[in-house]
Amino acid sequence: MISTSLISAFQTLLGKENVLDSEADRHSYAYDAAVLEPVVPELVLRPTTSEQLGKTVALCFENDLPMTVRGAGTNLSGGTIPTKEKGVVILTNGLNKILEINEQDLYAVVEPGVVTAKFAAEVAKRGLFYPPDPGSQAVSTLGGNVSENAGGLRGLKYGVTKDYVMGINFWNAQGEYVKSGGRTVKCVTGLNISQLMVGSEGTLGVFDQIILKLVPPPVASKAMLAEFDDIDKASQTVAAIIAAKIVPCTLELLDNATINYVEAFTKAGLPTDAAAILLIEVDGGHEALVEDDAAKVLDICKKEGARRVVLAKDAAEKNKLWEARRNALPALARARPTTVLEDATVPRSQIPAMIRAINKIAEKYRLQIGTFGHAGDGNLHPTILTDRRDKEEFHRVELAVDEIFDVALSLGGTLSGEHGIGLAKAKWLEKETTRATIIYSRTIKKAVDPKYLLNPGKVIGG
Amino acid sequence: MTQDLHSLARMLMELDDQMVACMKCGMCQAVCPVFAETMREGDVARGKIALLEDLAHEMIRDAEGVQQKLNMCLLCGSCAANCPSGVKVLDIFLKARVIVNTYMGLSPTKKAIFKGLLTKPALFNSLLDVASKFQGLFTKPASDVIGSSCARIQAPVIGGRHFMPLAKKPLRKLVPSMSTRPGKSGYRVAFFPGCVVDKIYPHVGQAALRVLEHHEVGVYLPAGQACCGIPALSSGDKESFDQLVLHNLELFEKEHFDYLLTPCATCSATIHEIWPLMSGDKKESLRDRIQAMAERTMDIGQFLVDVLHVEVPTQGSGTRVTYHDPCHLKKSLKVSEQPRALLRSNPTVQFVEMAEADRCCGCGGSFNLQHYDLSKDIGAQKRNNIVASGAEVVATGCPACMLQISDMLSQHGDRVAVKHFIEVYAESL
Repeated sequence: MISTSLISAFQTLLGKENVLDSEADRHSYAYDAAVLEPVVPELVLRPTTSEQLGKTVALCFENDLPMTVRGAGTNLSGGTIPTKEKGVVILTNGLNKILEINEQDLYAVVEPGVVTAKFAAEVAKRGLFYPPDPGSQAVSTLGGNVSENAGGLRGLKYGVTKDYVMGINFWNAQGEYVKSGGRTVKCVTGLNISQLMVGSEGTLGVFDQIILKLVPPPVASKAMLAEFDDIDKASQTVAAIIAAKIVPCTLELLDNATINYVEAFTKAGLPTDAAAILLIEVDGGHEALVEDDAAKVLDICKKEGARRVVLAKDAAEKNKLWEARRNALPALARARPTTVLEDATVPRSQIPAMIRAINKIAEKYRLQIGTFGHAGDGNLHPTILTDRRDKEEFHRVELAVDEIFDVALSLGGTLSGEHGIGLAKAKWLEKETTRATIIYSRTIKKAVDPKYLLNPGKVIGG
Repeated sequence: MTQDLHSLARMLMELDDQMVACMKCGMCQAVCPVFAETMREGDVARGKIALLEDLAHEMIRDAEGVQQKLNMCLLCGSCAANCPSGVKVLDIFLKARVIVNTYMGLSPTKKAIFKGLLTKPALFNSLLDVASKFQGLFTKPASDVIGSSCARIQAPVIGGRHFMPLAKKPLRKLVPSMSTRPGKSGYRVAFFPGCVVDKIYPHVGQAALRVLEHHEVGVYLPAGQACCGIPALSSGDKESFDQLVLHNLELFEKEHFDYLLTPCATCSATIHEIWPLMSGDKKESLRDRIQAMAERTMDIGQFLVDVLHVEVPTQGSGTRVTYHDPCHLKKSLKVSEQPRALLRSNPTVQFVEMAEADRCCGCGGSFNLQHYDLSKDIGAQKRNNIVASGAEVVATGCPACMLQISDMLSQHGDRVAVKHFIEVYAESL
């Protein structure tokens, strides 16, 4: 229990309305989007200024309260589930100002609670582009995106969140201010702490300001949809496109199971007998160049054995082609009560082997799994459809997830492409790395957070 | 109390199958008008469902705290319309309100209103008739363009509101009843004006009747209509709701007609969706009758465009008119193009879209009474979008939205008239 005097200290600091201690309020911050057991925090704090945030951290440190920073709570690996003993949630949605968008120097400075899509829209208004587009961008926060190193559909061509982080100013565990990186393209001052903070899932510091890189937007784009009756052909097509020195901005794949779920949901007339569909979009700075690339990709699809390719003539047609991909998760999510969305990632050449293995695992454990994802970067989303209330079935789900990770690692892949490790995957981390890696990481953690108060238990366990 | 919570939990477990479909993705945060203001997880659908699940699984003790969160909702359905896993959020919330509020008990005020007045249309109506004669003593006109009033003296119930006065003569006095045969349209409809049109906007009802007459549609308008039931149900009073449903059902079953039309988005959605939804505890024969009435119920604009196929020429020029999508028309009934088509069909109208036309106005029926400050903050966004569109008239399809929008515009001193789309269409005939 947190003492009433400490609660009033927080109330004095943040204002009564920003200290949530009622049972109902606390229970609504016990979970995120991961299928894990909820943990009810002792207290939920909502600072609204940078200074309040720093003092909140300091006060938590003095009183040994473990802090879990939360933006929109869309995390898929339990990174925003609070700590069991005396856990406190620090909300960032009161820190949601875009502090600067610099059109000459192509950067922006934001507070951590700014919503990704709102930021991207503001940037677009000024004729610039912030490419990372995680699936939850309509609600996710930039602080969360940086903490998780979020990806998205544009990863292959434009990279992921880490490629856009120029600097991070943050509060350390004690509540002291640390500055890293800066506003210049070149900056080698001090250790490269900002990149250490990217993907650290709240375990090394509490973000105050993030400096993000902006780029000029593409002026033209062209989308097409290719159907394959063999998953290998789809994969060879991906390889051939890249070998032809064309980097599409989107290269999305839907497997047969997913196509069938989407068709059952939308009745849009998708080819339910196709082994895979590829949604390919090319973009660039010049209309003619994009037209040229699109024509080349179309040829490659046909040459590599696509049985049908549809090229969108205009924006309306492009929107229609995207429909199948957009409906992938909604269709899968509607099929059964619980949706376990994984993100095991393999080198792109291993996609056919990975999908075949997933299908075998589905059969072995008698589970429904649809797979879709980012074929260009090998980041797949095997989506297991289940009912978490059915203990026996859910146990099979857990076994299947274990095996999916084993296969991904055996193919030279990774546990997580973009969802983070959090609580859900911490136990597998050593399998992909080494014991020494874990110890090395924990040593860093211990040095900067001696009391283990910054989102303890996440990523590196301990 | 432990025993009590146990039986409350058991009742809520009925909703478990629907609640488990929520995958806690949090996408509802993007569209919830209440969350946009409060930024609290307990105010958005995901948070409310989590709390109800906790109550159902006896993981939380403070049922009253959960009830408060549950009532902090406009029932606008924006979350359901935007939900990736298709969770039937409104079904869950309405049923949960009945369970939790029955359990916790209605407030004495609500009990007096629903059980003592709303279910007794004759008494309710005669009281309001008296009120309409005396309202001028306490209120004064606020805006000539909008026709709103505000408090003459400090009045706690009214507060800072700019409200629409009760009509001098309600619709049921102007047109007590009707029963006409179909003309060349071949259709005969029943007309359900709804409480707000009857008591505050009778001219909207008259415009609707004029339009139906123009298109030679036969009309059945029975005397003695009662409220559609949604105010009672959204406060969890299923008993009053059931009484109102049965009263109206029996009244309308007296004559034959093809469609039951209302000019009120909320009444349409309630009869079409909520009546059958809440009829699960009824005998099969009654359930079938409710279902049959629900299937025939339609918004008047949808009827004109989709059934009558009235001619809708393209864009005219003249008065700049914009349109606000009522949540219960667009998100519940998927009606959004038809009212716009009718507005465009008026040759003296230049139709302009406002930004976020389908963003909730913040009224939410009794939400406005319980959480006026919040309702006003949400409404201010709507007001800003209306003003930014440069429109001289804002049209919509729900008299409750009209009340809220009038309040917001009038308080800001904006000279923008508020109309029902059927009025604008009627002007063109």
